[in-house]
Amino acid sequence: MGNALPIAVRHLSKAYGAVSVLDDVDLDVRPGEFLTLLGPSGSGKTTLLMAIAGFLRPDKGSIRFGEQEVVRLAPHKREIGMVFQNYALFPHMSVARNIGFPLRLRRVPAPEIARRVEAALEMFQLGGYGERSITQLSGGQRQRVALARAIVFEPRIILMDEPLSALDKQLRERMQIELRQLHDRLGTTTVYVTHDQREALTMSDRIAVLDRGRIARIDAPRAIYDHPGSRFVAEFIGESSFLDVEVTDGICRAAGSVVRAPHVPVARGRCVMMLRPERLRILDGSESEAMNRFDGTVQSAIYQGDTLLLQIVLADGSPVTLRMATRGDDAPPPAGGSPIAVGIAVGDTVLLADEGRTAA
Amino acid sequence: MSAPALNLSRDVDGDFHAAALRRDHWRERLGQAALAAPALLLVGVMVLLPVGWLFGLSFQDDAGAPSLEHYRRMLAEPSYGRTFRTTFEISLATTAICILLGYPLAYFLSQLPRRAANLCMIAVLLPFWTSLLVRTYAWLVLLQRSGLINTWGMDLGLWSEPLQLVHNVGGTLIGMVHIMLPFLVLPLYSTMRGIDGDLLRAASSLGSTPAHGFWSVFFPLSLPGLAAGSALVFVLCLGFYVTPAMLGGGKVTMVSNRIANDIELFFNWGAASALGVVLLAITLVVLVLAARLSRGAGLFGGGH
Ligand SMILES: Nc1ncnc2c1ncn2[C@@H]1O[C@H](COP(=O)(O)OP(=O)(O)OP(=O)(O)O)[C@@H](O)[C@H]1O
Ligand SMILES: [Mg+2]
Repeated sequence: MGNALPIAVRHLSKAYGAVSVLDDVDLDVRPGEFLTLLGPSGSGKTTLLMAIAGFLRPDKGSIRFGEQEVVRLAPHKREIGMVFQNYALFPHMSVARNIGFPLRLRRVPAPEIARRVEAALEMFQLGGYGERSITQLSGGQRQRVALARAIVFEPRIILMDEPLSALDKQLRERMQIELRQLHDRLGTTTVYVTHDQREALTMSDRIAVLDRGRIARIDAPRAIYDHPGSRFVAEFIGESSFLDVEVTDGICRAAGSVVRAPHVPVARGRCVMMLRPERLRILDGSESEAMNRFDGTVQSAIYQGDTLLLQIVLADGSPVTLRMATRGDDAPPPAGGSPIAVGIAVGDTVLLADEGRTAA
Repeated sequence: MSAPALNLSRDVDGDFHAAALRRDHWRERLGQAALAAPALLLVGVMVLLPVGWLFGLSFQDDAGAPSLEHYRRMLAEPSYGRTFRTTFEISLATTAICILLGYPLAYFLSQLPRRAANLCMIAVLLPFWTSLLVRTYAWLVLLQRSGLINTWGMDLGLWSEPLQLVHNVGGTLIGMVHIMLPFLVLPLYSTMRGIDGDLLRAASSLGSTPAHGFWSVFFPLSLPGLAAGSALVFVLCLGFYVTPAMLGGGKVTMVSNRIANDIELFFNWGAASALGVVLLAITLVVLVLAARLSRGAGLFGGGH
């Protein structure tokens, strides 16, 4: 959409006493982009979002919406549609009055308010619920009302703080798709907070991974997943096993095997190898590409319906996990204790500098 | 499906434990009732019996024959009407002043961090732990002609003649407000604490100025607490005795003072009882209205 605004955050810092919660954060949200802030609990996601919304006064820094500097602007002047984790619907107002609230504030004429509220109700499959009290709605319906109220006045920016975390898994997954479709229709610049990496991968144009008040990585979901760039990000996004890698004279060794990779981060010393469970395969000699091969023992096989999880211990004792899709005509999985050869394509092999920090 | 049948064998021809489950239900109910029994008994003996007795007395003449004499006199004698008027006016004024002072106080407390709020709350509650009589005497000491306030005021040259601060309506109000304030602040504060801060943030993100957010969201949601606190204060004021008696200096006659007079000076238990019954009836009406109002405020306030 033509009127979508970029957000530019520069040198944003906030400390509580000696604890730095936001540490010189720079963040660019592109016009019309769906950007997700992802990170472990306490990494500063909510704090950053609240600073953008204006509910939290940073110690220093600049926040621009397009050309406008807003860091000192009161929240009610920022024209932001905000969706809260617990919805924050006004319990003393009906559904329709909740949705009409921002329109009444903007002195939209009553018939127009009625029309727009009705349209919003239709859009969120809430037709006929206008006169209901908030307390008479289910969690999913409240979520929709909160969304409707946040977008009905056509805000320049939409902010959401874990809006789906109170919903059950099925509803959450459906709402993820619906939210994304809504964003595609509106084209409003959106900043979304979650600590669910799968949700972030599903919905985002780009993901910013926060670590202790800093942005550890910002990129498209696929790029981050395939090339996390650091062990912290690799652990936080997707599952993975890690192997210690020893580099000497340009040769890498891990778990007793020589391994090759498109990119080696260090010339000599240690680094870590990231093994995504679904990229790891059981080797039977028929592979056409170049593989890094490891020998080990099956510890257990876990049947999960759509996938089968093999827990394997390699020759040097490192645990790795292999995930494969199940089919109706599968042979029985390898029994616990049986030897196994697994491998990962050289092209899929990612070596990361070991900064000695883990996400857990 | 034969295993369950084994367990059910005793009831299988019957109702799948329905009778036994019903028995359990009633046993539980009975247990709960037994827990409440001592308190209920106490209330019955200490409250209902005397009230019933007063009720009976109020419908008898001096000889003990059934009569509406006391009620008739209440209607006939204008001094009774004045007493009720005074009682209402003083109670209303006290409640109004308590709201004016207490609402901002409760709001301030509710916005503080919890620890600080608890500390301040102790200050609000401190008077509760001092005897009513002591507090009222303290006001007498402060407010009388040669009291602290008059002495200081004149020493500072703010006024030259001792001001009449007590033994009048003003003094009564000062004392009553001081004693009633916690009763308003407590329920109001707990209601305000319960208001989710995100609601105000939501209002402000939707475009509300802080003042508009307060009036459209916070105030309506605080109304149930305000109604509860105000009703409590008003009802307590209606039956207030000590403070008006001491600080009013005989110029402020509330119903309870009149009741005391009827008994102590005129030994007229019937008249006193009739006053008590009317006061009780009025109190109940106020409570019912307040309950209606606070429920209404919860559901429909701030709009419609
Ligand atoms: N008012 C406050 N006073 C002191 N510390 C605070 C305050 N608010 C937040 N913090 C701290 O700031 C850090 C970041 O908090 P924030 O709420 O932004 O985390 P988050 O990433 O949203 O976490 P979560 O996923 O648990 O919501 C935390 O360590 C938290 O303890
Ligand atoms: Mg948070």
